[in-house]
Amino acid sequence: MDDNPYFRISAEDVKLKVPAGFPRPVYNFKTNRLTPEIFTLGRTLFYDKILSKDNSVSCGSCHQRIAAFAHIDHSLSHGIYAKIGTRNVPALQNLIWKDAYMWDGGVNNIELQPLSPITNPIEMDETLENVISKLKHDKKYVVLFQNAFHDTIIDSKRLLQSIAQFTGLMISGGSRYDRFQEGKDTFSVAEMNGLKIFRSKCENCHKEPLFTDNSYRNNGLKPDPSLKDEGRAKITGIEEDKYRFQVPGLRNIEMTYPYMHDGRFQKLRDVVNHYSNPENFDVGADRSLQKIGTLTEREKDELVAFLLTLTDKAFLYDRRFADPDFQ
Amino acid sequence: MLNNILKLSFWLGISILVLSFTLRNHYPGTEQHKVTIQFRHFAGMDALMLDSAVYKNDLGQSFRITKLKYYISNIHLIREKGGDFEVNSSFLIDDRDEKTKKITLSPVPEDSYSSMEFILGVDSLHNCNGAQSGALDPVNAMFWAWNSGYVFLKLEGKSPSSASSGNMLEYHIGGYKSPYNCIRKIKIAFPGKLFIGSEPGNKSIELKADILEILKNPVSIDFSKLSSVTDFHNSTTIANNYQDMFSLLNIHREN
Repeated sequence: MDDNPYFRISAEDVKLKVPAGFPRPVYNFKTNRLTPEIFTLGRTLFYDKILSKDNSVSCGSCHQRIAAFAHIDHSLSHGIYAKIGTRNVPALQNLIWKDAYMWDGGVNNIELQPLSPITNPIEMDETLENVISKLKHDKKYVVLFQNAFHDTIIDSKRLLQSIAQFTGLMISGGSRYDRFQEGKDTFSVAEMNGLKIFRSKCENCHKEPLFTDNSYRNNGLKPDPSLKDEGRAKITGIEEDKYRFQVPGLRNIEMTYPYMHDGRFQKLRDVVNHYSNPENFDVGADRSLQKIGTLTEREKDELVAFLLTLTDKAFLYDRRFADPDFQ
Repeated sequence: MLNNILKLSFWLGISILVLSFTLRNHYPGTEQHKVTIQFRHFAGMDALMLDSAVYKNDLGQSFRITKLKYYISNIHLIREKGGDFEVNSSFLIDDRDEKTKKITLSPVPEDSYSSMEFILGVDSLHNCNGAQSGALDPVNAMFWAWNSGYVFLKLEGKSPSSASSGNMLEYHIGGYKSPYNCIRKIKIAFPGKLFIGSEPGNKSIELKADILEILKNPVSIDFSKLSSVTDFHNSTTIANNYQDMFSLLNIHREN
């Protein structure tokens, strides 16, 4: 892997480039200075099954690059021992603009996020202590940590910060929508109409340019009784937060199917149908959903056409985020 | 030329003067004063003995303790004449690890101190700071991964009255956000004052931490009803109890 220059990370590769029109990031790497060596360590860890208890699952097992790091065609997360989780694997992109992670916002810092899947019994089922011990006994990591930090210390802070460098630079801001905003591309009539519909009916929660306002809302889905997932309330203990989930950003939505926190919808059309059908909303549905009303079939087509302009091929095929060992 | 030499020596003189004043202010004596804080764990009147000793709670239910770990942070020594000396860091105290029960503050400025304050827990800033090392390294198993934040106190044991499987008692208390904030500020008065001065030897503050107080006052914990707290449910009940688990045993000179 190391000898393939295609995957080698340069100083230029780890420059933080904020796309035009994006706000200032929440996480700015100030206490985790970006370097090619630390980023490379983070990339290696992200794709290494060593993080799981029986060395069977890596971060990359469920976060696939071609799906904007969501899990293609898996409605619920798959973990160790073929266990099935309770939530849909979220895309990893534009994470440094988020103030909380996970569908319920339980994780308050991008650096701490990996702790959750590593230690979750139905994901990687490992202890942090074990992971550190395995890394200390692995010659490859002794070298990678030495290269990254110029001494022999291998600890959780370095592990977590290196993964944060890798995931934090997953920035998607190069879609046709972005080029259109900059006046460098044009939209078809359908896409244009779709954008107008989006701005009048969806923008309230899916705020541009990140397509989320980072809030927690009940999107009107009837809870799946088999999952017993109360969402945000599990974190806050507040009754009104029951069945609220973090509003996901919509970039690369073409690739991140299936949709919703429990992955119940396979097609974008299903999602649009749900929001266009107020009679079917659950009782706790967010009030702003009432603004959507019923869309005509044509409006639905146009809305989907617009959503497809959010696909960012440069991001999906970015060599920096590829697994150099993938055969 | 001569003029230049005069100028140079003038500025050199000023510099030495300033430097000597600066050094003097920072190090009034030659000695760097240390203050140690020694935590002594008790169950009521008895020294805490893990695993074997059987204790009784307020309701007469017997139990044993197998684990006691907690965070002490942001220690302030309050000066008699106002102001304070602060150590803005966290210490993880584990009953099984004797050396963790002794915290050393150094250097402590010479003064007369009338009380001390600290928090049981970790302040909100350090709950949000991302990956950390030392006492706050999540490898210490005092961190909640699914709901970011430190577990401030772990008290585990067994009781025949416990409703949990294996008669377990398990109180993992943490949370820095309202209304489930479990950070508690502890104030310890020094009736005889703490003098840090020129005399030799270090001062040691011995504190009693009474685990029975975690289980009572204001709310007596009934093991048959509440044998496990591992998230925000009932967390503040225990936190309100541990508010008064610390008291002063004595202040003495070491060596």
